[in-house]
Amino acid sequence: MIIQFICRAILLGVPLLFGSVGEIVTEKSGHLNLGIPGVMYVGAISGIIGSFFYEQACGNDIAKMNALLAVLIPLLCAIVGSVIMGLIYSFLTVTLRANQNVTGLALTTFGIGLGNFFGGSLTKLGGGEATFIALTKTSGFFSTKLPFADKLGWFGDIFLSHDFLTYLAIIVAVIVGFVLNRTRVGLNLRAVGESPATADAAGINVTRYKYFATCIGSAIAGLGGLQYVMAYANGVWTNNAFGDRGWMAIALVIFALWKPSVAIVGSFLFGALCNANNYIQGLGTATQELFKMLPYVVTIIVLVVISMRKRREFQPPAHLGLPYFREER
Amino acid sequence: MTKQPAIELKNITKRFGAKVIANNNVSLTAYHGEVLSILGENGSGKTTLMNMISGIYFPDEGQIFVNGKEAVIASPKDAFGFKIGMIHQHFKLVDVFSAAENIVLGIDGGKYNLKKSTEEIKKISEQYGFDLDPEKKIYSMSVSEKQTVEIIKVLYRGADILILDEPTAVLTPQETAKLFDVLRKMRDDGKCIIIITHKLHEVLSLSDRVSVLRKGEYVGTVNTAETSESELTEMMVGKKIDLNIERSDPKDPQDRLVVKDLDCINRDGVAVLDSISFTARSGEILGIAGIAGSGQRELLEAIAGLQHISQGDILYNDPKSGKTENLRDKTPVQIRDLGVRLSFVPEDRLGMGLVANMDIVDNMMLRSYSKGRSAFLERKAPKDLAMKIIKDLEVVTPGASTPVRRLSGGNVQKVLVGREIAASPTVLMVAYPVRGLDINSSYMIYNLLNEQKEKGVAIIFVGEDLDVLLELCDRIMVIGSGKITGIEDARTVTKEQIGLLMTKTGEEE
Repeated sequence: MIIQFICRAILLGVPLLFGSVGEIVTEKSGHLNLGIPGVMYVGAISGIIGSFFYEQACGNDIAKMNALLAVLIPLLCAIVGSVIMGLIYSFLTVTLRANQNVTGLALTTFGIGLGNFFGGSLTKLGGGEATFIALTKTSGFFSTKLPFADKLGWFGDIFLSHDFLTYLAIIVAVIVGFVLNRTRVGLNLRAVGESPATADAAGINVTRYKYFATCIGSAIAGLGGLQYVMAYANGVWTNNAFGDRGWMAIALVIFALWKPSVAIVGSFLFGALCNANNYIQGLGTATQELFKMLPYVVTIIVLVVISMRKRREFQPPAHLGLPYFREER
Repeated sequence: MTKQPAIELKNITKRFGAKVIANNNVSLTAYHGEVLSILGENGSGKTTLMNMISGIYFPDEGQIFVNGKEAVIASPKDAFGFKIGMIHQHFKLVDVFSAAENIVLGIDGGKYNLKKSTEEIKKISEQYGFDLDPEKKIYSMSVSEKQTVEIIKVLYRGADILILDEPTAVLTPQETAKLFDVLRKMRDDGKCIIIITHKLHEVLSLSDRVSVLRKGEYVGTVNTAETSESELTEMMVGKKIDLNIERSDPKDPQDRLVVKDLDCINRDGVAVLDSISFTARSGEILGIAGIAGSGQRELLEAIAGLQHISQGDILYNDPKSGKTENLRDKTPVQIRDLGVRLSFVPEDRLGMGLVANMDIVDNMMLRSYSKGRSAFLERKAPKDLAMKIIKDLEVVTPGASTPVRRLSGGNVQKVLVGREIAASPTVLMVAYPVRGLDINSSYMIYNLLNEQKEKGVAIIFVGEDLDVLLELCDRIMVIGSGKITGIEDARTVTKEQIGLLMTKTGEEE
């Protein structure tokens, strides 16, 4: 049962990991993208749209489907969808210097609405009486396990039995951490988020960095949405099922102190906390809800601890949430 | 010895919006192997002009020649390409980065290797006699260390044309002397140094030639050896002005404000004031000197009742009743009614004293609104006061109903000080009252303070320009890291002594 609990925690944690790593990249450029829940939602529905039409094109016959295409099409669709959301956000906040909080919240509302709209349309297109779309075949390709995982007992179950997006999430988090801390691009990006005027005077193209960080961050976050529908929900799309995972990803950014490596551990911890209520015997409905609060309680505790420690390295990027205009006097 | 021109500006014009002309038809030349001072008052367009050389702004008209060839400098990156480096007045450094990270920031190409860069930085430091730990984080650095990082940053990029914007504004006299030594070394190395300043004695001690700007226009260039302070002032201001501040001896000084063992702890739990004890006497100007952020602001706010005091007493001897009151237990309004006035000019001038969007009359009412008896506001008296201040202090404004944010810094300051003086205070506290003001306005403020002193007001003056403190004040109290490091007679003490006191506690810790 413990093994099952750990696997479940990892499965639940992966969307959060994608979301928070994407948000970390964005926030390092000084942009607080509160649109991440919407971006993840759009990433999920874009993947669904892609795979829906691919399954239709193959006549819903699993024999005709190519494993590589079945994975690549939703993957690309999710990335394209979320990058478009990132572009909308960066155009509004970087180029037009709109208020980041308002833009982000609007984008979240927009993204969820868009997802539900297309979710509804696809349900109709698919015919039938169901209120959801089931793409179990594509999902099957996504959750293909490593062939030798079953033979290795508990070790195989915990470390090798996951869908490939889980491994991708960890790899992305490690790469992002490396780029941020060990490369020139990362140094420049952090400078843009800390002090755009400094970066500008040092000859860094601030606008370009902000655009790229926001769009790449959105793409990563969008994959979180895709992993949720394809691996966690077994390819079943139901409107609003994604829930508040986007907000949890943003909370995780704070929990992780803007460090992708901490986000890896944090996301699995959050996943475990979200899930703990199912594994503790004898909980009433009310106590279950209390348990679901745990991730947020932990985030608040972390915030309190950080503000007491006052280490400058643990603070958010100094220019987070503020627009930058060079000729402002 | 023929010198090669490093930078030539020809007929440069820069406008902000349709009306503001920051630079109008400016032409000047700077040579390799010399220090050129750009002298001018605040708002005369010095910084704007230099920002065009370093690529922050782009000129609307005119040409820039670098090493004899016409150059288009559209971005800071272009400027680096022409080996031009600028050290800004407000440091452009990332606080959470180390010195080395800041120095290599934004450099293209080459492998990212912080260790190798650190070695190179150490080499540059040794070459010019800097003292810098490349791994130290910026936020734990002193102001002069930060400046060192800025200078090494441009040297690391191989700049041989260096522009420094008011580099000494935040330095102690000792640090200034050290900086000037370094700059002279660079000049002898063949580099072209351009330094923006409005301090005349610095111009005279450091530079080879001086170019003067006034209200965005180029006035002329003179060789430093052939000029004098009064000639430069005349070029800068456009008319002859008397640079001496009259200082009368205090008449019948009485202890007005006695501060005893004052301790103050700020929000973060850090002690900002540590057993401060001093006496402010009537008819006397007490100057407060110290590196910015040493506790000056907290001290004044504590006296005005705006800062929580953890320990100590502030005793006020009321001249009317002769009674002694402890200000510690009083609210800001009670303190103000006793005649203790705070005129505070933080960096953001309109932060605490005036409301930027309200007009002059309404700002006058901020002090008097509670006096009216009827349900409606009494507007007549404040309006008369506003008109009087505008007339007496020569405030340049379209009228009394102009929002104060539209006024220039000097005029805003006149309105603020005028209002505080009109309430005939017995203690007047001013912090950086001339920051950002031109020479004329500065001297008007000094004269106002002197008038108040004659009237028997106890004045506490927090200043940054030591020359002014030495000329204006009767006694100078030096604060270092929240402690008093000395109280000296301003008539006998020297600038170097004050400078030593300013850094005293810093070195002990």
